[in-house]
Amino acid sequence: MNHQPIAIVGAAETELGALPHLSELDLRADAAYRALADAGLEVKDIDGIATAVEPPNDMAHMLGITPSWYDGTSVGGCSFLVHVAHAAAAIRQGKCKNVLVIHGESGRSRVGFRPARQRPPHSMSGQFEVPYGVHTAANMFTLPVMRFMKDTGTTHEHLAHVPVAQSHWSLDNPRASRRRLLSVDDVMASPFIAYPFHKLECCVVTDGGGALVITSADRARDLRRSKNPVYVLGSGEASDSACISMMDDMSSSKAFRLSSRAAFKEAGIKHSDVDHLMIYDAFAHLPLFGLEDLGFVGRGEAGDFIAEGNTRPGGRLPMNTNGGGLLYTHTGMYGMFAIQEAVRQLRGEAFRQVENVRTSVVQGVGGMFTAAATLVLGNQQP
Amino acid sequence: MTAESSTGKALPEPTPITRPYWDALKAHELQLQHCEACGQYTFYPRLRCEHCGKDALKWTPVSGRGTLHSYIINHVAPPGWEQDVPYVVAVVKLEEGPRMLSNLRGVPPDPELLKLDMPLQVAFVPRGDMVLTVFEPLQLKGSQA
Ligand SMILES: [Zn+2]
Repeated sequence: MNHQPIAIVGAAETELGALPHLSELDLRADAAYRALADAGLEVKDIDGIATAVEPPNDMAHMLGITPSWYDGTSVGGCSFLVHVAHAAAAIRQGKCKNVLVIHGESGRSRVGFRPARQRPPHSMSGQFEVPYGVHTAANMFTLPVMRFMKDTGTTHEHLAHVPVAQSHWSLDNPRASRRRLLSVDDVMASPFIAYPFHKLECCVVTDGGGALVITSADRARDLRRSKNPVYVLGSGEASDSACISMMDDMSSSKAFRLSSRAAFKEAGIKHSDVDHLMIYDAFAHLPLFGLEDLGFVGRGEAGDFIAEGNTRPGGRLPMNTNGGGLLYTHTGMYGMFAIQEAVRQLRGEAFRQVENVRTSVVQGVGGMFTAAATLVLGNQQP
Repeated sequence: MTAESSTGKALPEPTPITRPYWDALKAHELQLQHCEACGQYTFYPRLRCEHCGKDALKWTPVSGRGTLHSYIINHVAPPGWEQDVPYVVAVVKLEEGPRMLSNLRGVPPDPELLKLDMPLQVAFVPRGDMVLTVFEPLQLKGSQA
């Protein structure tokens, strides 16, 4: 197997928040041009493209790219982690040289909005879940948590501590949607969306986009980001049930376990090597599942681990350092923004920079536990 | 609890493989596919057994008994559910093994009363020209009988 090192050499986000003047396609294009500028490349340099929901060919044509490789894997919010992994493999195979991975979504303003994951009435979820009064992530993705809490001894306070811990990272960040310090009481006093989830335990809903430029480490040396390339050290992808009620185990994500195990193995890292962690947090239970399923803590220990401050600034495992989907931004498919924050931390350019970050792990989820993907990124040449 | 409205709420659209499930509900019977090769039950309906891959699935009436595996109390109504909030979306673990999503009836949407692993029994509610499942606490069902 070809283990040619692969690097992320361009990374950028669009403006975030309410962007009613931009359609979803415009957000994707804006993200792509920003990432190209960050890489110091032009459209003509790109020969590979990956994006979810919208066919990659359509996006390529809009930007004026004639790709020799494309990927339209669309598995929800972790699609972009999968794209990075697939792009790395394609570059190693010589299918393409410079790949754009693109996300843009008008999740809040719904301008030119194209739902990421439809559940038509003849689909499995459309037949066996949707008729029972679940129709959004807020009342479907949340369904496993009561089982998780009973089986692990996790409490309502533990759940509330997730946004509280992450508010220490988003505090005063002008790009974050929620930027004030939260207390457990603040979280508990916010209205119920789907018991036991309060509003502040559910992600913000925003417009925005982000894009990445990926190439070989050899070519990275000649580019604008030659001083701080971010290497793709390992990746993994996995899947679970199309219906959340039928996921393998409601108190633990099979897809989290399998994707992270594969990524850690490929990167050759141990948990103690990880300096920085992003766990896709559409809702407050996901970092709890993530810490346990990835093996950073034992069964039933994630709640205390977060409540005790271990994931906050100065803690021993800085996690969701942009504030996460709960506080920073969440367009509907958050994975791109988790990667962007990991890149910023590895470059030393984050709003709340963690000291001495060498290795970062990004854990994504998609389709409400249907899919998961993991990336291990680093700033040292492998 | 309010009657199930035929207007506005999502209706399932059976496919050839799933139609026997929906037809059984119309007859107020819960049926699952049972594999005659490996002895396990499958849900949702499939062409072949998810456990062993054999073409040996047979529609079989099941007990309709299960337990409350997990739930949420929904406060933000989907279209057609405006009169129902707050209501319970329940994950029911059937005695035969598979889990299914449903709603609860005969118990208020109160966390104090919704004990995980409490026994439940299936019942049937019409919606449009379909029939859907709903689950009731088992003791309550018995005391009414
Ligand atoms: Zn079988």
